[in-house]
Amino acid sequence: MSAGSASERRRHPGLNLHESDAHPSDGEVVFGFWVFMMSDAVLFALLFAVYASLGANTAGGPGPRDVFELDPAAMETLLLLSSFTFGIASLAMKYRRGMALLQGMLATTLLLGLGFLGLEVHDFVGMEDTGALPQVSAFLSAFYVLVPTHFLHVSLGCVWIVVMMVQLRMSGLDRITRTRLLRLGLFWHFLDIVWVMIFSFVFLRGLL
Amino acid sequence: MRIEALAGPWLGRLSLSALPTDSPVAMGAALVAVFGALGVAGYITGKGKWRYLWREWFTSVDHKRIGIMYVVLALVMLARAVIEALVMRLQQADAVNRSGFISAEHFGQLFSTHGSIMIFFMAMPFLTGVINYVMPLQIGARDVSFPVLNSISLMLTAAGAALVMISLVLAPFSTGGWSGYAPFTELRFSPGVGVDYWIWAVTLSSIGSTLTGINFAVTIYKKRAPGMHLFRMPLFCWTALCTSILMIFAMPALTVATALLALDRYLGMHFFTSGGGGNMMVYANLFWLFGHPEVYIVVLPSFGVFSELFSTFSAKKLYGYTSLVLATMTIAVLSFTVWLHHFFTMGQSAHINAAFGIATMLIGIPTGVKVYDWILTMFRGRVRFTTPLLWGLAFLVTFVIGGLSGILLAIPPVDFLVHNTTFLVAHFHNMLIPGTLFGMIAAYQFWFPKAFGFRLEERWGRVAFGCWVIGFYLAFMPLYVLGLEGMPRRSAEVFDEAFRPWLLVAAGGAVLIVLGMAALALQLAMSIRHRDRNRVRAGDPWDGRSLEWSTSSPPPEYNFAKLPEVQGRDAFWTMKRSGRAYPPLERYAPIMLPENSAIGPLLGALGLATAFGLVWRIGWMAGLGTAGALVAVIGWSFVRRPGRTVDERQVERTETRWHAVLVAAVPVSREHECDPRNRGLADVAA
Ligand code: HEM
Ligand SMILES: [Cu+2]
Repeated sequence: MSAGSASERRRHPGLNLHESDAHPSDGEVVFGFWVFMMSDAVLFALLFAVYASLGANTAGGPGPRDVFELDPAAMETLLLLSSFTFGIASLAMKYRRGMALLQGMLATTLLLGLGFLGLEVHDFVGMEDTGALPQVSAFLSAFYVLVPTHFLHVSLGCVWIVVMMVQLRMSGLDRITRTRLLRLGLFWHFLDIVWVMIFSFVFLRGLL
Repeated sequence: MRIEALAGPWLGRLSLSALPTDSPVAMGAALVAVFGALGVAGYITGKGKWRYLWREWFTSVDHKRIGIMYVVLALVMLARAVIEALVMRLQQADAVNRSGFISAEHFGQLFSTHGSIMIFFMAMPFLTGVINYVMPLQIGARDVSFPVLNSISLMLTAAGAALVMISLVLAPFSTGGWSGYAPFTELRFSPGVGVDYWIWAVTLSSIGSTLTGINFAVTIYKKRAPGMHLFRMPLFCWTALCTSILMIFAMPALTVATALLALDRYLGMHFFTSGGGGNMMVYANLFWLFGHPEVYIVVLPSFGVFSELFSTFSAKKLYGYTSLVLATMTIAVLSFTVWLHHFFTMGQSAHINAAFGIATMLIGIPTGVKVYDWILTMFRGRVRFTTPLLWGLAFLVTFVIGGLSGILLAIPPVDFLVHNTTFLVAHFHNMLIPGTLFGMIAAYQFWFPKAFGFRLEERWGRVAFGCWVIGFYLAFMPLYVLGLEGMPRRSAEVFDEAFRPWLLVAAGGAVLIVLGMAALALQLAMSIRHRDRNRVRAGDPWDGRSLEWSTSSPPPEYNFAKLPEVQGRDAFWTMKRSGRAYPPLERYAPIMLPENSAIGPLLGALGLATAFGLVWRIGWMAGLGTAGALVAVIGWSFVRRPGRTVDERQVERTETRWHAVLVAAVPVSREHECDPRNRGLADVAA
């Protein structure tokens, strides 16, 4: 294993991706993605704020207690702990533990992500069956924007995982795929954090 | 069967009745737009230039070309918005106690398009274009961090602008103003497609600006030349950085506001409706959470431009550099803490109003620091009154007046009196015209020789300056009076005879401003015609201080054959004085540049299709546009092109040619800066 000099290893806080760090523009790409995520975090923060200010406006329709269920939300939280499997994928990449482990972990993450999406769709459908539609009240509108925005992000994350699995097959681990995986990892963990916020702020707070 | 019925399922709500046949003025505008577009297209076809434009411009990822395209877009949109302003002024002067020559409905569209265009499709593209062109050169970089993303941002912005232009022909546009306040803009009160035009045009531009902000910020943090510490950057780069950070954090609020409004309108949700638990105050907060930082997004780059101008044309270093940097950052931070002053009258407690009023006044402090720094920069300098500097001087005086009226407005009880009157209109034009537009025009005059290799004619520039400045005072000072007399803003008609004289003066001012626009156009035309007289190929017409002047004019596509080594502030100025300015020819290394890419124009076109489909409820078009964009991005991620290499021989040829120009040029002293003797080589001995 070519460990590189100590200064090279210090280049990115967090994950060091071997020689891929050597190219200065990699740092730019990853930093750019952090900045993008800041912007995305502001977007979620605003949606949380909208939910906070409209959440009580049920306009005679159902309220949180009538429509939320804790068990499925907790299940979804478990599924999104796929951050862990993605973490293993990143370590497999860093320590070159072979393509099989990397691809396997990506596939597991993907499955967990898809499971999450499936369960969520199930929840949405269940809510709509009880008449809790986004058109009913400001509370439901705010809910149906905050949570599905996260849903949309996870869907795009899943598409991205598939794309990366294909690209890994095509060109292996090179500078481009490495930094892309690094960014995908950031994105995935970020979505996990957002979900934890949603779980606590929307579901727990609504039910407890 | 009528055409509309046939078209129905395929064209959504679109039908021939969208043509603005009911109003001769609107019809005239539509015809101008159509024939203007056809004329330009015909001209390009006649000259056989489509291929050239596509290859060299539309698909270009060179920050300099993208910058120029942004500025061209801004100037075209400026022309439209200024003409709309004139029409509004004429209407109000005419419509005292009668209905005037345009309908209230049309008047509503006019202030909405004028305001939205001026902010989103004039100010934003203009400053983005100038930063794009200048900032990488000033920090000694070869391009921005993400050149392809840069092209995508441009094309998304252009798509938004195109949508606003289309709304001239397939009318109507929104009547909800540039701020699009709900619940007026909800389906119940605005059932037509107008608000949808506004929503999607603004959304396209705000996505473009978010991406631009990310791109610029990363470029400034990561791409500075060796030795270009942050505190050695020209002040323009600092303002570009602060503006970018504001874009990153403020644009999402706009995106959220317009997206939620769209969900209300398209899916019947209840965010800002007057029923179902909706609350329009959420909209007001979201919009101004973006809107106030936005005014600093559009004003900070001009502060940067003026800082460069005052120091260059006084041949002095910038007074109080550190204080200017700190003031800029303070303004950027404070700009997030004052948004509520846009709705003092909307029902919160007096304590909250007081807090936000004080926060607002605080911004006056760092701004005041800047004004003193600029004045002290000129103090005891040998000030050269070139056209760019004139705009700067007009800015200094005018901006202070606008700032004072802003301090008045920051006092909540005063705001209660003049809220929603033309006093406010006077105030924000008093900030935006000197603070944004004059800065951008000055930037255009200042850096034009860098971009095209010849100076702009001074004479027409001065005429334009005179028309604009006098026109501004005539057009807007009366509005302060009218506002104090109680004239509401956004009125198509007025009912007080006492308003008439002031409105006539204001209309005269608007005419003068339009003449100023014409003078700018003439200046450009004359300068192109006499370009041989005004060539400054050697690259340094103003005895410049920062690195962009150390390159040829126009700069080579790679900017710097060798990245400069920076040893302090005013890098090029010191290099010139110590004889290190133009390094001798040497052996060059090949230079890697990013390859042109069609993904920008493609995403722009798909964005436009999606938006147009959404406006007119043409499902297949919106669907195909969105799916196409997704496929395009994924497909593009599979394309692996290493970039294009400019080999060492080519670099050598380009550099040798420039050196020949440098050797042939006679150094010019500052007295002859504005005459044909100036070939772009500054006499540094004097
Ligand atoms: C060039 C000379 C200009 C003239 C003569 C002019 C004139 C006007 C007029 C007549 C209005 C409508 C006022 C009313 O509501 O009663 C207006 C609104 C507005 N203008 Fe200008 N304007 C000019 C330049 C600009 C510039 C440079 C900007 C921004 C960079 C700008 C931004 C706006 C905005 C945001 C509005 C508010 C639109 C709304 O009510 O929603 N204008 N202007
Ligand atoms: Cu404000």
